[in-house]
Amino acid sequence: MTKLRHWLGTSDLAGIALLALLVFVVMPLSTDIFRLNLIGKYLTYAFVAVGLVMLWGYGGILSLGQGVFFGLGGYCMAMFLKLEASDPISTKIQSTPGIPDFMDWNQITALPTWWEPFRHLPFAILALLVIPTLLAFIVGFAMFKRRVGGVYFAIITQAVALILTVLIIGQQGYTGGVNGMTDLKTMLGWDIRTDSARYILYFVNAILLFAAIFACRAIQKSKLGTLMLAMRDKEDRVRFSGYDVANFKVFVFCLAAMLCGIGGAMFSLQVGFMSPSFVGIVPSIEMVIFAAVGGRMSLVGAVFGTLLVNFGKTYFSESFPQLWLFLMAALFIGVVMAFPNGLAGLFEDYVKPWLLRTRAKQPDVPPAEPVVEETTRSVASRTGDSVEPLPAPTAGRLGPAVA
Amino acid sequence: MSNTDYVLAVEDLTVSFDGFKAIDNLTLYVDRGELRVIIGPNGAGKTTLLDLICGRTKASGGSIKFKNEEMTDLAEHAIVRAGIGRKFQTPSIYENLSVWKNLEVSFPRGRGVFGALAFRCTDDVKDRIQEVATEIGLAGQLELEAGLLSHGQKQWLEIGMLLMQDPELLMLDEPIAGMSVRERELTAELLGRICQNRSMIVIEHDMDFVKRIAHKVTVMHQGKILAEGAMEKVQADPRVIDVYLGH
Repeated sequence: MTKLRHWLGTSDLAGIALLALLVFVVMPLSTDIFRLNLIGKYLTYAFVAVGLVMLWGYGGILSLGQGVFFGLGGYCMAMFLKLEASDPISTKIQSTPGIPDFMDWNQITALPTWWEPFRHLPFAILALLVIPTLLAFIVGFAMFKRRVGGVYFAIITQAVALILTVLIIGQQGYTGGVNGMTDLKTMLGWDIRTDSARYILYFVNAILLFAAIFACRAIQKSKLGTLMLAMRDKEDRVRFSGYDVANFKVFVFCLAAMLCGIGGAMFSLQVGFMSPSFVGIVPSIEMVIFAAVGGRMSLVGAVFGTLLVNFGKTYFSESFPQLWLFLMAALFIGVVMAFPNGLAGLFEDYVKPWLLRTRAKQPDVPPAEPVVEETTRSVASRTGDSVEPLPAPTAGRLGPAVA
Repeated sequence: MSNTDYVLAVEDLTVSFDGFKAIDNLTLYVDRGELRVIIGPNGAGKTTLLDLICGRTKASGGSIKFKNEEMTDLAEHAIVRAGIGRKFQTPSIYENLSVWKNLEVSFPRGRGVFGALAFRCTDDVKDRIQEVATEIGLAGQLELEAGLLSHGQKQWLEIGMLLMQDPELLMLDEPIAGMSVRERELTAELLGRICQNRSMIVIEHDMDFVKRIAHKVTVMHQGKILAEGAMEKVQADPRVIDVYLGH
């Protein structure tokens, strides 16, 4: 436990524990399966937000096209599910039984060859991981090797999002067009629409999300994480220290894309359909807002941000449907201007000092530490890292206050 | 071009920006173990020359050979890996990272993506960090956030980051700019120590400092070499007095 606490840093551990409590205990116990399924849907977006923390927060690369990768992952899974739902018996009223209904409506009479491998679940799983990563690699390699960055990169990702949306909608015989792929029923014969299946999928999704958070945390703690922070600060210094900066950017872009792919696949499974409305520019920007509100430097914060914005969206769009978009825009501008580090930043700046003060008033606490440690902490909190050679005295001290 | 014993052989180097020749047919040789200082008025092309050697700017013509290997076609990181380190004019350090992390990141291992993922700060890395930190006088500030260092300390830290890579050729662009008298002295001592087993090119304006550290001085003017040789000889050169040192 101490080891884990040392590895994560205390505020991280507190955040992860709180999130785990919320996701694994509070929400399943306090809501019905309809609401829980909805939360499960939000948590699939959290994969994108976690990826954006790595890409945007740590890597300093803003992508406004993460929906592309979310969609690709989602479509890979949806294609498998759709094929399973289109067996000859349940589609016998079609003019060509055995192919997905939207193909039949578009006068396609045989399953396209590139659809064939998606009959197999292992292939679909492989595809949902590899295809988004591969696309990210191609786009990233082409851009970062030419030192395209910043706003220009963001615009290119928007263009990719638009292109993919147009492609999906235009090729409706192969993709289901604007309606997407609907009526997904079973996975290897297991009905994914039942309550029990929804519970299981919710927990599978949550476990995968935590695995993603831990994996990203490990990357942040590695030299690669330090290099990403260094690159954001002084890219030239990193380059002239013998690193090929572009490779690191390509890597983190691929990583974020793969996380999106997993999120998209879990979305298809839990929600039962996939459509272009999760691919385009607007959903991509919404996903950036999730990360911004939660805090783009905090993996856990991004998940909280995702949940909060989506609860808000559900609530407000039920009550004031016309106002929602304006509220969303105001939220984004407000957060970026007033709290650039989002919820997690608020926690670091206000809640943590308050906790420290409260704790300092208790008698059993050691006397105030020397100034050096104060500065150490500021380094640690900004890099999200306990500094190596010290045995993390900060971790031990804050521990009981939040535990 | 012929092969030479020089660690760095720059021959007929030219670069032009929209017709303006910032470096004009320049030839320069640096010996092993030599500390060369380049001086010259503003706009003489001193920094551009360093940019060309380290690959930041691509040459229009000519050759740059480091240990008889052509550098002009290599990417920046490949030039660094070949053994050329470069310090920028303004201190270029990672302000948000601790001094320790600044040095650790500069250690020349795990330079690929997956190498960096697998990198562990083993004892040899820790020893090297301590060694370099002692050398640059920052052993007591290892935990400090680098942005909180004084200007002089930042300059030293950047030199330390280069020392971590143990380059055979070290290029420093105005290392004592903005330093106090005491800091200048310490820097001169530092440069004297670290040039023991490597070659160095230093750009500097402060003549007292140059006198103190230089083995040989090159004076640049309008992208060309105006004079070269020992400090006394260069100082006595009427052309140098005319364009740079003043009467």
